Amino acid sequence: MLSIKNLHASIGGKEILKGIYLEVKAGEVHAIMGPNGSGKSTLSAVLAGREDYEVTEGSITFNGKNLLELSPEDRAREGIFLAFQYPIEIPGVSNVNFLKTALNEIRAYKGLEPMEAKDFLARLKEKQKLVELDGKLANRSVNEGFSGGEKKRNEIFQMAMLDPCLAILDETDSGLDIDALRIVAGGVNKLKSKDNATIVITHYQRLLDYIVPDVVHVLFNGKIVKSGPKELALELEEKGYDFIKEEVGA
Amino acid sequence: MANEILEDQIGGEYKYGFVTDIEADNAPKGLNEDIIRFISKKKNEPEWMLEYRLKAFRYWLTLEEPRWAHVSYTKPNFQDIIYYSAPKPKVQLNSLDEVDPELLKTFEKLGISIEEQKRLSGVESRIAVDIVMDSVSVKTTFKETLSEKGIIFCSFGEAVQEHPELIKKYMGSVVPYTDNFYAALNSAVFTDGSFCYIPKGVRCPMELSTYFRINASGTGQFERTLIIADEGGYVSYLEGCTAPMRDENQLHAAVVEIVTHKNAEVKYSTVQNWYPGDKEGKGGIFNFVTKRGICLEDNSKISWTQVETGSAVTWKYPSVILKGDNSVGEFYSVAVTNNYQQADTGTKMMHLGKNTRSTIISKGISAGFSNNSYRGLVRIAKGASNARNFSQCDSLLMGDKCGAHTFPYIEIKDKSAVVEHEATTSKIGEDQLFYCKQRGIDNEKAIGLIVNGYCKEVLNKLPMEFAVEAQKLLAVSLEGSVG
Ligand SMILES: Nc1ncnc2c1ncn2[C@@H]1O[C@H](COP(=O)(O)OP(=O)(O)OP(=O)(O)O)[C@@H](O)[C@H]1O
Ligand SMILES: [Mg+2]
Repeated sequence: MLSIKNLHASIGGKEILKGIYLEVKAGEVHAIMGPNGSGKSTLSAVLAGREDYEVTEGSITFNGKNLLELSPEDRAREGIFLAFQYPIEIPGVSNVNFLKTALNEIRAYKGLEPMEAKDFLARLKEKQKLVELDGKLANRSVNEGFSGGEKKRNEIFQMAMLDPCLAILDETDSGLDIDALRIVAGGVNKLKSKDNATIVITHYQRLLDYIVPDVVHVLFNGKIVKSGPKELALELEEKGYDFIKEEVGA
Repeated sequence: MANEILEDQIGGEYKYGFVTDIEADNAPKGLNEDIIRFISKKKNEPEWMLEYRLKAFRYWLTLEEPRWAHVSYTKPNFQDIIYYSAPKPKVQLNSLDEVDPELLKTFEKLGISIEEQKRLSGVESRIAVDIVMDSVSVKTTFKETLSEKGIIFCSFGEAVQEHPELIKKYMGSVVPYTDNFYAALNSAVFTDGSFCYIPKGVRCPMELSTYFRINASGTGQFERTLIIADEGGYVSYLEGCTAPMRDENQLHAAVVEIVTHKNAEVKYSTVQNWYPGDKEGKGGIFNFVTKRGICLEDNSKISWTQVETGSAVTWKYPSVILKGDNSVGEFYSVAVTNNYQQADTGTKMMHLGKNTRSTIISKGISAGFSNNSYRGLVRIAKGASNARNFSQCDSLLMGDKCGAHTFPYIEIKDKSAVVEHEATTSKIGEDQLFYCKQRGIDNEKAIGLIVNGYCKEVLNKLPMEFAVEAQKLLAVSLEGSVG
């Protein structure tokens, strides 16, 4: 589904990603861990098409298409969803209106008619339940005045509504209380299918207790320096990143 | 402008095109007493009307153009303007190919169908939009239906002929010709406009609307609108404005007066889309307008809602004099400036009566190299006990080459007054745009969404069909301003 080869990206002339290789197949869950500033959010931003970053080398293929040639909105329409580490507020635009616009834009791209109002409402209800989102939040302006945890939950709610092919969750667990973590992770698991894939960026093993990864990658200084089974996350939790640094001779 | 509104106004014998070659019945260029006599004669006016015009003109001659607004422009040459231009029907266009493609693009963006585009562009024979084109009021629809209720809705010129007692009583009672430079000029040379009278106890059953259009080149447009709601009367009044694209600046100096009697209410909504000039700031309308209402008697209400997207230079302060006790004044405004547009707009709320209340919600949006100023005055007179005002003035900046300015003036002469003022300035963020795009929404739609969200409080005050149009207009005006 996703194939990243030798990806180099920089911002303001500073190279952040220094040769990333990553293969994600349909049905898989990949976890990316790594110290602060190692480039995890940068990688997700580059995948989503944030224009501030310049891709200087390498390739990204997504479902057979050259992702780097697509605009951010077309990437979203092709099925890439990014749950933001810091979700953005849009005052005066209701969550519902925002999602309706997004959903119908994606449908239009696929040559589908706008969704019927009653189908949309039914879907809204169903997905709200899935992540146990307070009904009031759905009608409020996008993320405006939401608590940190509510924002994160809202990201997963949006993901559920838009039903992406590849979801990238950038530290969705941070800011969630213990119950919320379980609920949100449960939602992600229910949305999992053999046709979609998930990249989970996190600092903590506890999220991976709920969303069990097929592969864990360690991103360090702009490169994936180690990949392994889910046990790798446990090892990291126990030993910190120092042993990796030693291993890679940094 | 809105499909629905247009549709209402289509039908009838008016055959003039949009930007088509209309052979006009013009006055010679320039301004002097003879020109004023010419206009008055053309309109077959009674002597008292001519006298009023001449008095205003003589007064105008003693005035200097105002300079206090935060705008800069080349002073219009008042001798280089045609003050009377009545369009005459000429040949029709045969196909859409003959129509200005820019105009068609705008229609398309506004979601106006091809058939409607044809009508609007004058390709098909009938466009009877209820408009004041250049100087003459062309058609007023639904007159018969309304007159059954005793409502008078007609062109100003007609009112001078048919209802001289009302004109004599109310004209200039809210905006006297001595009020300011442009009000004096308007009083001298106004050519037409709309008149509306709602009798005692009548709620007007439909929205009344006037559509203003400047068409002929080198002309100025000086319309007057006078709306009176008698005791217990209610009306919602809409005004739309457009002008074709021309290289030179054209002057629009209107006067709008509103009078509400006891328990009466007038809602006045404007979607102003005069030609703003091109991307380099060439051409466009100078929009110098005096709009004022008076809540003459107790428990009456006047509210102004405006969405201002057009004009090269705007100078406009729809105001309310709250004379009657318990009267209410409202001002809801969205003003957008892009490219090299300049707007200095706001309101004045003059509290004279007891327990009077006013609300001011102003949303400025600046993009490109434009300048957008809010200028507001809240005055609470001595004896206006328990007056309240709430003002909120927000500015949204798109890009870093534009400017937003706020000039709130507050004068309180009565200790019991409660006046609140809030102001914010924000920037439309790359972050917000990227967030929208990441959800599959393209740049243009994203800007529309964000801007409409920001203006929501004001757009909600517009009648439904106008709100839809205003939303589209906002998106069109700001196109290409970010990203
Ligand atoms: N606009 C910018 N200009 C310069 N450096 C930047 C810019 N944006 C990000 N960086 C740098 O890029 C590096 C990677 O940042 P990124 O946000 O991808 O880290 P991260 O792995 O997500 O960290 P965290 O775990 O703290 O979220 C950091 O050193 C950051 O300071
Ligand atoms: Mg990060």
